[in-house]
Amino acid sequence: MKVLSKIVKYQLQDAFRSRWLAAYTLFLIVFSYGLISLTGDSSKVVLSLMNLVITIVPLISIVFGTVYIYNSRDYIVFMLSQPIDRKILFLGVYLGMCISLAAAFITGIILPILFYANYFVNNLADIFIVLISGIFETIIFIGLSFYIAIKNDNKLKGFGISIFCWLFFTVIFDGILLMILQQFQDYPLEKVSLLIISINPIDLARIWITLSYDISSLMGYTSAVIKDIYGTGWGSFITILLLTVWALWPLLLGLRNFNRKDM
Amino acid sequence: MNKIFESILVFSLLGLFLTDYNCASITVGKNRAVTKIKDAVSSALPGDTIFVESGLYAEGNIIIRKPIYLIGLNFPEVSGEGNNEIFTIKGKNITITGFKLSNAGISFIDDNAAIKLDSSNHCSVYGNVLTNNFFGIYLARSTDCVIKNNTIEAFHSKESFSGNGIHVWYSKNILIESNTISGHRDGIYFEFVESSNIKRNVSFNNLRYGLHFMFSDSCSYSGNAFYNNNAGVAVMYTKNVDMHNNTFEKNYGGAAYGILLKEISDSKIHKNTFANNSSALYLEGCNRLEIKNNNFTGNGRAIRLMANSMDNKIIGNNFIGNTFDVTTNSLQNFNLFESNYWSDYSGYDLNKDNYGDIPHRPVKLFSTVIEKNKPALILMRSFFVEILELAEKIFPSITPEFLADSKPSMRKISN
Repeated sequence: MKVLSKIVKYQLQDAFRSRWLAAYTLFLIVFSYGLISLTGDSSKVVLSLMNLVITIVPLISIVFGTVYIYNSRDYIVFMLSQPIDRKILFLGVYLGMCISLAAAFITGIILPILFYANYFVNNLADIFIVLISGIFETIIFIGLSFYIAIKNDNKLKGFGISIFCWLFFTVIFDGILLMILQQFQDYPLEKVSLLIISINPIDLARIWITLSYDISSLMGYTSAVIKDIYGTGWGSFITILLLTVWALWPLLLGLRNFNRKDM
Repeated sequence: MNKIFESILVFSLLGLFLTDYNCASITVGKNRAVTKIKDAVSSALPGDTIFVESGLYAEGNIIIRKPIYLIGLNFPEVSGEGNNEIFTIKGKNITITGFKLSNAGISFIDDNAAIKLDSSNHCSVYGNVLTNNFFGIYLARSTDCVIKNNTIEAFHSKESFSGNGIHVWYSKNILIESNTISGHRDGIYFEFVESSNIKRNVSFNNLRYGLHFMFSDSCSYSGNAFYNNNAGVAVMYTKNVDMHNNTFEKNYGGAAYGILLKEISDSKIHKNTFANNSSALYLEGCNRLEIKNNNFTGNGRAIRLMANSMDNKIIGNNFIGNTFDVTTNSLQNFNLFESNYWSDYSGYDLNKDNYGDIPHRPVKLFSTVIEKNKPALILMRSFFVEILELAEKIFPSITPEFLADSKPSMRKISN
């Protein structure tokens, strides 16, 4: 445990000195500040922040993670020559990355919102959901990136797979789903589509956030079904549960691969 | 000679006034000579005033045919005991005020009401409190009546066991003003009514419509608030309706509309506020409407325009933060959209005339997709859909190309 915390601490020191992380934080601050000061409409701001959470945050996380593993290969090999458990090392690097990126995300969103705090009195719950899902997306995509980078020794290939992975979850998945829904529109697909959408962490976050106002104002049968399942406290619980599963399995796979890998 | 005539005239006029002042008043109360409203009504002469002291009166159906004033002191409660109609008015110049009326009986044969005006004219009903009645105030074949400042509430849970708050059928020149209606089947019901006004009422939490309005030409409703009604407001089969300064709010549901307009023509919808409805304004078979200076905010669908609506003018409205601003089931457009403010507009204004230089197409691709394919709703605001939307904006193929605001306002219009 002591070793783990030491590694995490070192990782954090390293991360906070990195220019990229500072740039990411600054970008988030400027983006949300500009958003709030330009639109002035809190619900619109929440929607745009959601777009950030379902596109930019996963992209940055997965790219950062992949690049980090490839760049610190020497460091990892060096650390492995020390009497340190492999699992501890991997977890340390992983946690350090997660904490620093999540911290960057939270600061980038929270600072401008605090600045305009009185706008958001009615949207506190929405903001909270945006923050939570943003943190989850960060963790999930770092896990994926670590897994991909460790699995593939070829940098170019690993990088390509990472980008494709992001593209798949943000765009291609929804495209395929829409195609399925169009093909089989004569069948009652409400529940099936909900089931399919639970596979995708980005869609989960999107539905979780939009549910609070958008879909509820479009109450038809479908949105009633969605709201019944995802709109309640139970729904939030399921969403968080699924996101946690999503955060865990790439990590575990990565850990297994790292354990067996001949660096 | 003239002087004699004059004095005769003066005296006769004076006589008129005197007879008016001579009208008797009867007080009904537990400790009075008259203890029943029915007795007072039957012994009263035309023009008399009956005061009713507070207390509980349950006398079955009270029928009034003569012109009298019926005034409740401290809200005496008159009960229909769950099986009767309470007041039935069949005459003219009758006034009822200051009563608390409750429990007019539910019936599947008679339309039992707390106050029914049948074939009456010049009557007024004001300042009463009506609770838990089948129908509240019911007007049939009546003219020139005023219904004002009444509070009408009921607590029914099923449409079939509930009547309407204010029900007006086949009447003319009726004024319905400043009433508060909740929990009935329809808050206000209009059928075959002419030249009547519905003003400043509040109608909410009704089981079906806040206002149900049919075959009622040349009527107007203004300054009313309709919210949380299960199906919103329906206005159907009518021409020359004037709807202005009303508020339609929080009507949620698959079949709930801010206003549902069916077969309406030559009417005006001005300066209304539509906020947080599933569908704010639904137009089916509507022609030559003027929809001007309204505010649409935070609705699921702001305007749902069916293909059979033509020559409507949609001018100077604000569309702010609606999920979909306009949805339609047609690729054609025979309506005019102009000078509206669209919060979704992304154009520019180079010549600084406060109107965008490129037209705005308010119909989104995704709205036409979920029109046919409801489950696709779960893809709302997906990045993929946004990309499709962008492509559709550049090359319209599924959305109606000619449904566009050629002169979109750059700034919110102050209505």
